Amino acid sequence: MREFLDQVKANKMALTGTIVLAFFVLTAIIGPFFFPFDVMEFGNVEDILQPPGPGHILGTDDMGRDVLGYLIAGSRVSLLVGALATLLCMVIGTVIGIVAGYSGKAVDNILMRITDFFLVIPWLPLMMVLAAILGTSIWNIILVIGVTSWAGTARVVRAQTLSVRERQFVERTVSIGAGSGHIMLYHILPNVFPLVFASTILVAAAAITSETTLSFLGMGDPAHASWGMMLHYAFETGATSTGAWWYFLPPGICVVAVVLAFTLMGYAFDEILNPKLKER
Amino acid sequence: MDKKRIAKKLVYAFITIFFVLLFNFFLFRVLPGDIVSMLSRGGKATPEMLANIRKMYGLDLPWYQQFFVYLKNLSAGDLGVSFMYKKPVLDVIGARILPTVVLLGVAEIFAILIGIVFGIVSAWKRGKALDTGLLSTSLLLYSMPTFWLGMMLILIFCVYLKVLPISGMVTPGRLFVDQWAQLQDILRHMILPMICLTLGMIGEYAITMRSTVIDVLSEDYITTAKAKGFSDGYVLRRHAMPNAMLPMITLIAINLGMIVGGAIQVETVFSWPGLGSLMYNALVNRDYPLLQGVFLLSTVAVVFANFLSDILYEMVDPRVRSMGG
Repeated sequence: MREFLDQVKANKMALTGTIVLAFFVLTAIIGPFFFPFDVMEFGNVEDILQPPGPGHILGTDDMGRDVLGYLIAGSRVSLLVGALATLLCMVIGTVIGIVAGYSGKAVDNILMRITDFFLVIPWLPLMMVLAAILGTSIWNIILVIGVTSWAGTARVVRAQTLSVRERQFVERTVSIGAGSGHIMLYHILPNVFPLVFASTILVAAAAITSETTLSFLGMGDPAHASWGMMLHYAFETGATSTGAWWYFLPPGICVVAVVLAFTLMGYAFDEILNPKLKER
Repeated sequence: MDKKRIAKKLVYAFITIFFVLLFNFFLFRVLPGDIVSMLSRGGKATPEMLANIRKMYGLDLPWYQQFFVYLKNLSAGDLGVSFMYKKPVLDVIGARILPTVVLLGVAEIFAILIGIVFGIVSAWKRGKALDTGLLSTSLLLYSMPTFWLGMMLILIFCVYLKVLPISGMVTPGRLFVDQWAQLQDILRHMILPMICLTLGMIGEYAITMRSTVIDVLSEDYITTAKAKGFSDGYVLRRHAMPNAMLPMITLIAINLGMIVGGAIQVETVFSWPGLGSLMYNALVNRDYPLLQGVFLLSTVAVVFANFLSDILYEMVDPRVRSMGG
C-alpha cells in the first residue's frame, strides 16, 4: 500500500489530477459560505448579463445573479451527482462482473448477454429516452447515468475475476468448505479491487460529462444548479450569440478541468497498476 | 473465411436486435402519454370514442399480441406517425438522414487522418516535447464536452470574427442564382459544425493510436527491423503501422455506428437539420412515435456496425481466427 502511494506521488499526472480535484472539492464545500447563491431566486433586472465588473468578478447571468456564486453552487451539484452516479455504476458493474466471472456457465452467459446489450446501445440516446420517461429530478439523473454506464466495468471486473478464480488459494478455500458468496466477497473482491479503483476514476470522468451533457440538453433538474444547467441556460437565453462569454466559459472550463483531472488520474493509476504497461 | 463463424455472429446480431426491438417496444409502452390519453386531454372525447380509438390502434389487445402487430408493422416499414409533423415517421427520418451522414462522414475522415498522424508522431517521439504537446492537446479535446466546444467556436467565429453563420444548413429566405451558389451556402454553414465534430473525435483516436503504436514499437520484430538497418520511416510505415491499425479498425467501425447519437450535441448547438437534432426535438416535444423510431434506428445501426467490425477484424488479423475468436 505504501509502495503504491509512493508511486502515485512520483507520477506527475496523478499528482496534478489529485491537486486539481482537491481544489474543486474544497471550493464546493467551503465556497457557498463566501458566495451564497440560490438558483430559485431572481436578481435585479438591470443587472442582466453584465460583463465582469465591480461586485461581480465573473459578471451576471440571464437573471441578474452573480456568475461566480452560480459557479460555486454548481460545483456542489456537478461533483455530487458525478460521485453518486459513479458509486451506483461501480456497485452494479462490480457485482455483475464478479458473479458472472465466478459462477461461469449459464449465469455467466446470461449476464454477459445483458452486459453486451448495454454496451451496444448508444449512451446518449438511451439516457435521453430514460430521462424522458422517468422525469428530470436529480435522483433520476443519478439513476439514469448509473444504470446505463456499468457495462464496461462489468466486463473488466469479470475478466479479472476469471484470472483470480484460477489461483490456488481459491481452490484451497473451496476445499475447506467455504460457500460461493463468502469466496466472492472476502477473496475475489479484495483481489479485483485495484482494478475496480482505476476503473472507478475513469467512470467518474464519464459520469460528470454525462450529467453536463444531459443538463445542457434540457434534462437536468431546474431546482439544482449544476455546471451543465448553467450552460443550458446560457445557450437558451442567447449568451453565445450576444457574446456573454463570462456566463458559459467558466462552467465549461471547470468541467474540462475536473474531467481532465480524473482522466489523468485514471491513466496514471492504470500505468501504475498494470505491470505490462510499466515495462514499455 | 469461415462461413459458420460469420453465420454464428450474424445470429448473435439478430438476437441482439430482437432484444432491442423488445426493449424499444416496452420502453415506449411505459411512457406517459399514449395516444389515448393525449387525445382525451381536452375532455371532449366520449368513452365510446376512446374505446374506438383504443381498438383502432390495437391497444385493447394483450401485450404479446401488440408486440406481434408492432413487428408486423415494422417489417412493412411502418414506424407509426409523428405527433409533431403529422407524417409517417419513416418519411420524417428519411429526410434528415443525409445531412447527418454528410456531416459525420466528412468529420470522421478528417478526425481519423489527423488522429492517426497525431498518435504515430506522439508514439515515435515518446517522452519528448512534441509528444507531451500532442498528448496534452488530445487529452484536452477528449475531456471537453462537445457542445461546449461548439459554443466557443460560435463565440469566436460568429460573434467576434463574424465570418461564419451561426446556425442551420441554409440561410433562410435567400434565393440562389444556381445550384453551385446554393451548395456554397450549405458548405459555409457546414464548416463550423464539422470542425466541432472533428475536434471532438480527434482526442479519442489520437490517444488510442498512440497507445497502440507504443505497444507495437516495443515488439521484437521492430527491433529486428531496425537492426537490419531499415530507415525509421520504413520501419514505421511497413512494420509498425499495419499492426497498429488493428484496434483502430474496431474504433472506427464503432464510431461509424454512432451515426445518430454521435452528432446530437453538435446538431443541437448549430441547429443542423439532421438525425441528432431530430431526436432532440422529438424528445423536447414528447413526440413518442418519432422518438421510438430514431432510437430504434440508432441502436440497429450500432449493432450492425459492431457485427461488421467484428468480421472485418477477423479478416485482417489472422491471430484472432486461429485462437477461435
